Amino acid sequence: MSEQQNYTRKDFASDQEVKWCPGCGDYSILASIQSVCAKLGHKKEDVCFISGIGCSSRLPYYMNTYGMHTIHGRAIAVASGLKIHNPKLSVWVATGDGDAMSIGGNHFIHAIRRNIGLKIVIFNNEIYGLTKGQYSPTSRQGLVTKSSPYGTIERPFSAAALAIGSGATFFARTIDSDPKHMQDILLRAHQHRGMAIVEVLQNCVIFNDGAHSIFTDKTLRDETTMRIEHGKAMIFGTKQNKGIRLTAGSDPNPEVVTLGEDGISSKDLLVHDERKQSTFLANLLTTFNQPTHPLPLGVFRAIERETYEECLEAQTQLIASHRKERSMQDLLLSGETWMID
Amino acid sequence: MRTIDNAIIRFSGDSGDGMQLVGTLFSSTSAVMGNDISTFPDYPSEIRAPSGTIAGVSGFQVNIGSLPVLTPGDEPDILVAMNPAALKANLSSIKKGGVIVLNSDAFDSVGLSKAGYSENPIGTKELADYQVIEAPITTQTLEILKESSLEQKAKLRCKNFYALGIIYFMYGRDLDITINWLKTTFKDRHELFSANVSVLKAGHNFGETLEASISTFRVSKAKLEPGRYRHINGNSAVAYGLMQAAECAGLPLFLGSYPITPASEILHELSKYKQLGVKTFQAEDEISAICASIGAAYGGALAVTTTSGPGLSLKSEALGLALMMELPLVIVDVQRGGPSTGLPTKSEQSDLNLAMYGRHGEAPLVILAASSPKDCFYMAFEAARLALLHMSPVILLTDGYIANGAEAWKIPYEGEFPPIPTRLITPQEGDDPANFQSYLRDPITLSRPWAVPGMKGYEHRIGGLEKRETTGGVCYDGANHERMGMLREEKVNRISAHIPLQEIEGERSGNLLVVSWGGTYGATHLAVKQLRQEGVCVSLVHLKYLNPFPQNLEEIFKGFKKILVAEINFGQLKNILNYKYACNAIGFNVMQARPFKVSELVTAIKEHAGNNL
Repeated sequence: MSEQQNYTRKDFASDQEVKWCPGCGDYSILASIQSVCAKLGHKKEDVCFISGIGCSSRLPYYMNTYGMHTIHGRAIAVASGLKIHNPKLSVWVATGDGDAMSIGGNHFIHAIRRNIGLKIVIFNNEIYGLTKGQYSPTSRQGLVTKSSPYGTIERPFSAAALAIGSGATFFARTIDSDPKHMQDILLRAHQHRGMAIVEVLQNCVIFNDGAHSIFTDKTLRDETTMRIEHGKAMIFGTKQNKGIRLTAGSDPNPEVVTLGEDGISSKDLLVHDERKQSTFLANLLTTFNQPTHPLPLGVFRAIERETYEECLEAQTQLIASHRKERSMQDLLLSGETWMID
Repeated sequence: MRTIDNAIIRFSGDSGDGMQLVGTLFSSTSAVMGNDISTFPDYPSEIRAPSGTIAGVSGFQVNIGSLPVLTPGDEPDILVAMNPAALKANLSSIKKGGVIVLNSDAFDSVGLSKAGYSENPIGTKELADYQVIEAPITTQTLEILKESSLEQKAKLRCKNFYALGIIYFMYGRDLDITINWLKTTFKDRHELFSANVSVLKAGHNFGETLEASISTFRVSKAKLEPGRYRHINGNSAVAYGLMQAAECAGLPLFLGSYPITPASEILHELSKYKQLGVKTFQAEDEISAICASIGAAYGGALAVTTTSGPGLSLKSEALGLALMMELPLVIVDVQRGGPSTGLPTKSEQSDLNLAMYGRHGEAPLVILAASSPKDCFYMAFEAARLALLHMSPVILLTDGYIANGAEAWKIPYEGEFPPIPTRLITPQEGDDPANFQSYLRDPITLSRPWAVPGMKGYEHRIGGLEKRETTGGVCYDGANHERMGMLREEKVNRISAHIPLQEIEGERSGNLLVVSWGGTYGATHLAVKQLRQEGVCVSLVHLKYLNPFPQNLEEIFKGFKKILVAEINFGQLKNILNYKYACNAIGFNVMQARPFKVSELVTAIKEHAGNNL
């Protein structure tokens, strides 16, 4: 794993022609993933990309690594089996909002609960793209789509709240329009011990164009989003003069304040701590969204906890140390047996 | 004391009465004493149905013999009935003239009314055909334990050992084997150990005291092949067979499974053997279970998933993926009564159509069926061998009857099993991985090579989309799709050259051929054997390879005027055979939540043989 390799992004690009729609946010995610793969410190043959079904799930075909393009919603289950079988591998899952949180929702929450060392990248475009435009479990209420001509009446999932509620040890959010940020986050995900979930806000140029435009528009984004960093106060705004303060009293609420107004200084602001075992702060961050709060981008939560495969290995060692059987013959001859002459 | 060839004993009581336990102990004592045995646990799906009711009756039947025993038997010679409900539920199946050992204490007004008796059947015409032994099991148990410090509830729980003691007396069984078992089981709870031993001995003494009025029997040692033996039930046998295969293939074993009756015991068993390189993953659902196994198969494991009917339905889509990706995968389906939740604890053979046809697209895969509890070991091994050699999913069908039923099994010796070849790539010096093609087929088997993550230079992608022939790249071309479909089918067909030819019991031609498959072998074999001894011209073909069929099957069929397919469904194999061979097979079908009775097969076969005599 630690063997130094001199890879470049190109080493991870397969010979397949990339077939996403021109202008799709997936191109940027692919490029970032390929760049990050060159920096993993893993040998290329130890890297695997597993996907389900959807636009996002074509990604393994474009990666010159081992990979599997499986069936709708099941990538995390397939990847779990592969990772448990061979924990040395760096196993990544490329999935979408529908694949991970609708048809594959059960696998998503249970893999998180187990803290299996998978790196899950959710391409969240808030729409079903490959089936040509139906609302997804992250579509905002009221969105008009082919299957909701009068606007969807359903409320969306927050990937962040779902992951943190399931016990995620690592959750981060990034955005397709900022490859630098995305690569930093992907590398952090790789370095995390156990399962890491990265939500990438991704634009579907055909069926939900502009879904994230208030977060990507150059004139708006500094006001609508907030970069969160461990140990730093929660500050945002074009002039970096706004922040989040928790109101005093028995029912504390996060409020947007302006630095310098009413004597407010950065000392009054919430300080981000991604390493807290308590999920209070991470959960609070999942509630931040427009129009009331800036949308947080960055690592919400990154805590240390033993992984599934570490626990399995430890248990196996322990059992092997006090059980006698070393072969099938030992096993079949153990317990109650008798001779017939 | 009368010497008999075999004895069929049924222990029956409330599902909390410990009947499965004493049945198992009686079986193992008999096996250790040299009898051949076959057992049939029969229990309700409710863990504790209302006590004393017919719904809560749990039974355990065992057939012990001085000759090889192939089934748990049709009609018990002896019934142990711990309460009126147990008597009522079983009376019609007891052999006329048989013995009924009753717990007379349970035949009070409450017990009788719970079982739906308006009057006490003891002493009435209803039981006139049987030798009834009334034993006050409850009061005797409490009397013996009056000095014990155990609570009343714990004392009452010992009463199954009283019944066991009586049966041990009747069959001259050695108590020490059971006493040793109790010693190990209750090694830290001496009070429980001594209570159960006292009650067991008291039951035995009860028999001795009544010696004059109680039948006793001798079942001599069976002439079994010499060697070391152990008990095995079908589910454990599947687990061991898979582990044996993993050892012979030099691969780690991976099981992805979700608990389901009656297959869970395979998961339980395999989860004990981490020290032998077995990894078990209890998934969040059936789909995850098979998908995790597919992931492990891609990674180079001998991958397995185990389930029962409803689970196999859920796994259909993933099965299609496994066969499209041409990965080795073993799927064990322990069949139960369907459709839907059906009869979870009862046995049936009604998943054959699902195994054969239950996927979208042209999606053939290999199907095997085990014929007895111990055969589950060999067929699980065989399923793994074929999956690894042919890079295909293989479904192994067993059923609740052989999964829970147990037999005495001669332990195979080390080295009995040859190494299992796999399609794993073994890079040679001078090989250029750049020439690797993930769907370059072996010219004989048509199976593709198996390159797994970690092998340098063999990085490749596979998936559910159609592949280009040889290269394995995604391909939407129609002609290529048709060719790949034919190759997938031909690959499975060619496996017929790698499986044994079909054996036949009896003449190779004649008027009537009985065809059976899977877990019914004991009954169909005995029925045909009995009829042949009576001079009836009939032969038997018992199938264990269902897709592809053995190469000589069609030839065998041509030798017979009439083919009778006996199966516990509405004719699934019969229809497949007629479709494939146009052999005009007719069916004998019973689907009553129980195994075949030899007697009903004899009657049916005779009827068909008669038409041609």
